[in-house]
Amino acid sequence: MNIADIINPANLVYEKTKVMNDVPMHYCPGCSHGVVHKIVGEIIEEMGIQDKTIGVAPVGCAVFAYKYLDIDWQQAAHGRAPAVATGIKRLLPDRYVFTYQGDGDLAAIGTAETIHACNRGENIAIIFINNGIYGMTGGQMAPTTLKGMKSSTSPNGREVSLAGHPLNISELLAKLEGTCYVTRQAVHTVAAVKKCKRAIQKALENSMENKGTSIVEVVSTCSSGWKMTPADSNNWMVDNMFPEYPMGDLKNI
Amino acid sequence: MTDQNNEEVLLMKGNEAIAHAAIRCGCDGYFGYPITPQSEIMETLMELEPWNTTGMVVLQAESEVASINMVYGAAGCGKKSMTTSSSPGVSLMQEGISYMAGSELPCLIVNVMRGGPGLGTIQASQADYFQTVKGGGHGDYRIITLAPASVQEMADHVSLAFDLAFKYRTPAMILADGIIGQMMEKVVLPPYQPRWTEGEIREKSPWATLGKRPQNKPNVITSLALQAEEMEELNLRLQARYREIENNEVIYEELNCEDADYIFVAFGTSARVCQKAMELAREEGIKAGLIRPITLYPFPKDILKHYASKVKGMLTVEMNAGQMVEDVKLSTCGKIPVEFYGRMGGIVPSPDEVLNALKTKLIEI
Repeated sequence: MNIADIINPANLVYEKTKVMNDVPMHYCPGCSHGVVHKIVGEIIEEMGIQDKTIGVAPVGCAVFAYKYLDIDWQQAAHGRAPAVATGIKRLLPDRYVFTYQGDGDLAAIGTAETIHACNRGENIAIIFINNGIYGMTGGQMAPTTLKGMKSSTSPNGREVSLAGHPLNISELLAKLEGTCYVTRQAVHTVAAVKKCKRAIQKALENSMENKGTSIVEVVSTCSSGWKMTPADSNNWMVDNMFPEYPMGDLKNI
Repeated sequence: MTDQNNEEVLLMKGNEAIAHAAIRCGCDGYFGYPITPQSEIMETLMELEPWNTTGMVVLQAESEVASINMVYGAAGCGKKSMTTSSSPGVSLMQEGISYMAGSELPCLIVNVMRGGPGLGTIQASQADYFQTVKGGGHGDYRIITLAPASVQEMADHVSLAFDLAFKYRTPAMILADGIIGQMMEKVVLPPYQPRWTEGEIREKSPWATLGKRPQNKPNVITSLALQAEEMEELNLRLQARYREIENNEVIYEELNCEDADYIFVAFGTSARVCQKAMELAREEGIKAGLIRPITLYPFPKDILKHYASKVKGMLTVEMNAGQMVEDVKLSTCGKIPVEFYGRMGGIVPSPDEVLNALKTKLIEI
């Protein structure tokens, strides 16, 4: 058997979604972003909404999300994605509008925009990548950095007396009347990827049903920022991140 | 309420005129946050409920930071979108304005200026000239700036600002002050224009994010260019556009300058005061004229340069510590004395004190 016999349309069992562009990704090995991008691309293709979807990219590692998914995008200022998405959705209510944000973007500099967009019940989906660190700028402490967790601005571990507590913003958002769906997922196993995909699809579907804001938090790895191998990162996330940020639905109306 | 397209003369505040004109010019979205002395704009819009008539969206945001970013999102979809505020609020918007300049997004921002720095005063001021025409936010950019001096101009400048913003894909600002916003005058509102359809938007603004067309590349609104060469390309494109704006879009008003020995240079409320001072001067036999820049950026430097070889001196009058006077000096190249008179803190100078300043600073020396 030679390679031409194997690479043959009849043998095709899996194909990369056409919504993902054929370009090299800048994400580090082991980073969750790539998997979540792929999930979003697959959902957009399966729902047939490529021409009706507008993504809002953040400032952070996902700033270049617009290079990877073949849809219209707006790149927002740091933390302002929910306000930008509000402007888009209010003017184009029949489009699918989602933001894709990291923890620094959503839960630190953009806290006001996040809370108020959710409290108004903007009909948007928010995909929230929580890896407990500022990846793009080189591993500084984030609002979601765990107690005692080391980062370049908490080199001896996050001290609560100095830097306060990790911010469980999804729990906070679940309390707001404007949100209809708040869930916490991960993408470290095949089963988790499938669950996370269903969650993101539901969030996008909700955005067309006038139910309010949907938030899918994806507890994620940052191998470079955490200074671990990809495999160790997954294990460390399960052992350390999951107890602080437990998996599952916080709200589902 | 008035019928559509009538030419009725109405009496209203400058702030109210902005709201009416916005609906009438086919504005798609207004996003704002309350601040004195311009809150009547959003209040008027909320009372008029344009979402029931033209379909215009009006939303009260949680902050000026959010407002300008909502404008960014709406503008990125090719929609006519706007926000209004006053000085401290406009300071908060500078990040968003810089992003919109960098992302080449058209929009309208209205600044009904009050005195500063800091929380300052709610009284009228012109102290945001530098902030508006010299940058304000970070990076090399300019925004088209219109300076109305009457309630009629508040109404007229709304559609003018949108036209220029879309023509050059840049933010445009109406730089008014608390007096123009709060005073009541006669006004004829512009006729109704329908809002653009999505088909029209796709034609006028093929860059708009309305959803990717299957045969097209996606549209991406961004100001990010990590490679220096790529960033410089964007910088050069913006600068070329600014030169085009400077060459084509200067607007000013000129009064009694032909035979003048002295010229007042002033914008907005200060220009109204100077007009009266000019009349008083003429009564006393002093040949005074007035040049009123209506576009502050682009600045009417050619007309000032022209008169620099004809008159004995110019007096710039502003409600600030002397900001536009620097541009008047640059335009006149040191050929004639250019003096400044101004009041701060929200005080409007009287025509008498302006005339007195002309005499003491330029004539009786």
